[in-house]
Amino acid sequence: MKHKVATTINGRGRQDEVEARLLLVHYIRDVAGLTGTHVGCDTSQCGACTVLVDGKAIKSCTMFAVQAEGHQITTIEGLADGDNLHPIQQAFWDEHGLQCGYCTPGFIMAAKYLLDTNPSPSDDEIRKGLEGNLCRCTGYVNIIKAVKTASQVMGGAAQSKPADVGQPVGQPTAGS
Amino acid sequence: MAISKMIGAKIHRREDPRLVSGGGRYMDDFKRPNTTYAAFIRSPYAHAKIRMIDPAEARQAPGVVAIFTAQDFEGVLTGPAPVAPAFVAEKHTVPDRPPLPRDEVVYQGQPVAVVIAESKAEAADAAALVHVDYEPLPAVMDLEKALDPSSPKAHTALPDNIAWDLVYNADADASFAEAEVTVKERILQQRLAPTPMETRSVMAEWSPHEGSMTLWLSNQGPHFIRLFVGGALGLPENRMRVISPDVGGGFGAKICPYPEDYVVPAAAKILKRPVKWTESRTESIQVTTHGRGQIFDVEVAGLKDGTLLGMKVTQYLDAGAYIGTFGAFQACACLLAGGGYKWKQIAARTIGVLTNKVSTDPYRGAGRPEATHLVERMVDIFAREIGMDPAAVRKKNFVQPGDFPYTQNFGLVMDSGDYERSLDKAMEIVGYEQLRKEQEEGRKQGRYLGIGLSTWIEICGFGPAAATAPATGGIGLVESAQVRVYPTGSVTVWTGTHSHGQGHETTFSQIVADTLGIPYDQIEIKHGDTGEGTAFGFGTYGSRSLAVGGMAIRMASQKVVDKAKKIAAHSFEAAEEDVVFEGGDFYVKGSPDNRRKIQEVAFEAYGAALPEGMEQGLEAVAYFDPPNFVWPFGAHICVVEVDPETGAVEMLKYVAVDDCGNVINPMIVEGQLHGGIAQGIAQALFEEVVYAEDGSLRTGTLLDYAIPTANEMPPLTLDSTVTPSPTNALGVKGIGEAGTIAASGAVINAIVDALSPLGVRHVDMPASPDRLWKQLQEHRTGLEGYHAVAVADTPEVDDAPRRGGPESELPGSLDEGEIGKTGGQAEPGSDGSPQEGPRHQEDYDQ
Repeated sequence: MKHKVATTINGRGRQDEVEARLLLVHYIRDVAGLTGTHVGCDTSQCGACTVLVDGKAIKSCTMFAVQAEGHQITTIEGLADGDNLHPIQQAFWDEHGLQCGYCTPGFIMAAKYLLDTNPSPSDDEIRKGLEGNLCRCTGYVNIIKAVKTASQVMGGAAQSKPADVGQPVGQPTAGS
Repeated sequence: MAISKMIGAKIHRREDPRLVSGGGRYMDDFKRPNTTYAAFIRSPYAHAKIRMIDPAEARQAPGVVAIFTAQDFEGVLTGPAPVAPAFVAEKHTVPDRPPLPRDEVVYQGQPVAVVIAESKAEAADAAALVHVDYEPLPAVMDLEKALDPSSPKAHTALPDNIAWDLVYNADADASFAEAEVTVKERILQQRLAPTPMETRSVMAEWSPHEGSMTLWLSNQGPHFIRLFVGGALGLPENRMRVISPDVGGGFGAKICPYPEDYVVPAAAKILKRPVKWTESRTESIQVTTHGRGQIFDVEVAGLKDGTLLGMKVTQYLDAGAYIGTFGAFQACACLLAGGGYKWKQIAARTIGVLTNKVSTDPYRGAGRPEATHLVERMVDIFAREIGMDPAAVRKKNFVQPGDFPYTQNFGLVMDSGDYERSLDKAMEIVGYEQLRKEQEEGRKQGRYLGIGLSTWIEICGFGPAAATAPATGGIGLVESAQVRVYPTGSVTVWTGTHSHGQGHETTFSQIVADTLGIPYDQIEIKHGDTGEGTAFGFGTYGSRSLAVGGMAIRMASQKVVDKAKKIAAHSFEAAEEDVVFEGGDFYVKGSPDNRRKIQEVAFEAYGAALPEGMEQGLEAVAYFDPPNFVWPFGAHICVVEVDPETGAVEMLKYVAVDDCGNVINPMIVEGQLHGGIAQGIAQALFEEVVYAEDGSLRTGTLLDYAIPTANEMPPLTLDSTVTPSPTNALGVKGIGEAGTIAASGAVINAIVDALSPLGVRHVDMPASPDRLWKQLQEHRTGLEGYHAVAVADTPEVDDAPRRGGPESELPGSLDEGEIGKTGGQAEPGSDGSPQEGPRHQEDYDQ
């Protein structure tokens, strides 16, 4: 039996009929066709599928698509402002914060939430804020540097909400 | 070489804008019209007979297109998966590895059947309905027990579990006779799961009208896959196209062809519909090749003044149930066991052992981390035995800069190095002398600081055709490149290497920009598609892409310049030898103001005014066959504090001074080192593939298999020296594996150094708090006295039997006969060789 689900992804509303068991990550990838969100494990350890749901970083393999009903989802494809990279994307590029790039969208989305909730995190707060994401290439050195750089570039702007982000569904935890 | 602007510059990667934007295209992002999806039915047993496979119920499930077992591929797939001779040309027993087994499964997770359905979910649902009746058989899980003639066999039809048994150098007796001191140790290399963040994924489409196959897969060397899988499908190269798009990490686990790589295209051919399969992480940890899985018995002989004389090393290598395609490459640990030191003699023997586990195959470093770890451990044990500083022992024995090219004990020629310089630099950065003082002070207060050195070397840049063709079954691991300059001066370069995160699109463009004098952003690099560009490429592994592939690109670019120079000379009406090429411009000697840009010459190259007899076009193909391997090196120093009450290790500092010759892009070199060091630290402290005795994998998810998070990584301090390689015109070596090769030794040496006042002499990996705490318990009857011990002298006797005591001595040490040749071998101690006593202090005395 299929269920109707209405969501907003990267600012665009959509309605689909999905199986109850369809995970949000597969909805994003296979139904909405946004393949920048990746699957790296099957036990919610790796964080490659991290997206923002109403502004909060969520591993999209931990939600069913039907649970996204009425929520605003932001994926990596929705982060840049047109052709201008988001400062976090730019910082990952500038600081060589990625190699194979597979974990990168998840890290960037987790970093987005971290900086939204804690605009000037310390190195330790960055490590803690990203502990739900695994990277096998970088040893995290340049990822931490990238988040630090992004926080500096974004300055106080990090606290203002992007246009497509609604009210957080839960209490901020990362870095607080 | 002209003065370059791009080579050596920190250029930000051109790959990144797409990768940070969700625009990367990894395997699972692709699909073709009318695609079907595969789900594999896998053995829950490590060893069992297949009595019957009953797909009847599954066939009724919604969306099922087909269910295939081994019989269904008869006539479609022929021949077993390949096994390269690598460093062991003559193997004792090579079990055939069919894509799907007919009647016996030999490792947990081995596929026995495949369901093809209209959707992923339907395939998975139906797979659960395929009934397989197994008759469980005893599994051989332990490397040591597997060597016992009475042990069950990994394959019921085989006479023993010996994959190979080879002595490289038999004799080191003279140097041991001369010795004042000998030390011995058993060093374990646990099994590791390479764990690229992108799992494997395969999709195949058969074109019945053309009789051709397109195979997409996440792989480090698509040309090799074409050779292997095309061969099994009976397809010549021009009917088999293999495409490997953006690859989400490989680390050696995406080199060999896997059963699924054969079954998916074979199913696509039968069904005449595209078939796609993407591995789950749980499948990946279970069935993607593992690395390491070795035991080394090592003995070192030396003099009390610190001179190293001889080494005897025996490697026992857990090959798994089948010998991995490049699994025997790991035997190179024997050939590199001497490290960067001078030895009179090294005797080495490698024994490959079949077990009921997934195959081991290259994992970042493949044999070289093992070699470095064992020699760096042994040098430390030797230094401690003679009461000498470990840095001083290293310096006393290093191959010196003036010795290069240096022919080491196994006949390999080390190209260049300055080992002492990198160690000095690392010691200065870390503040070695001061740290030793702090260590001394700390011990008085019950704090256990440890300083660990690892002065690593590496052989890489595979490699000379003459040396590698015998090790691959006939393919010389040279590299090819094609460089094409279009009429308006833009450039496409095809290379046979492939990137899985190394940033080749950037670094290779830097080389081409400097060689052609054409702006960097006018150059594109293409790789990963056998349907385009060069005839054959050899892939990316073994830190070879720059030193071999980069050189091929350089040579092809140079050929382009040579032709352009002829055209320019014709235009200038000058002799070719009078034409100068500089920064992208041609001019006649003495007339530097009258210049023609290479782009102008490129346009002419497609015109009518060419020198007589010259063909149009401006492109070239080059194959680079390096005259030798390249030998990067460096010195890593790790500083830890260990809490003896909990066994917890805190990493305080990590300094790495590495030398990979000339550097194309320092940012990328540093990134490679960061990631490499992380994987080495992970082996030292966290990761281990663990099986239960019955053959079940106990670390089958990322919950149980502990790859580090950002919290586990210490701050790294990197520096470098530059000793150009004389092996290639770029003067480059390799850096992809260096960090991993160096790091485990530095970390474990630091931990042992920290705990040596408590009687700890050696620590196995991973040095988890649990393992360290237990080991400390073995050394003390209790922890009550450890402060007292700490301030006293080093305990005289370490009398706690270690793992690897007499019961677990392996048969087949260097002095014994060739095991396996007779189909079985003597039990420990029953063959006339002396049975070893418990490992305690006396073992180190001579």
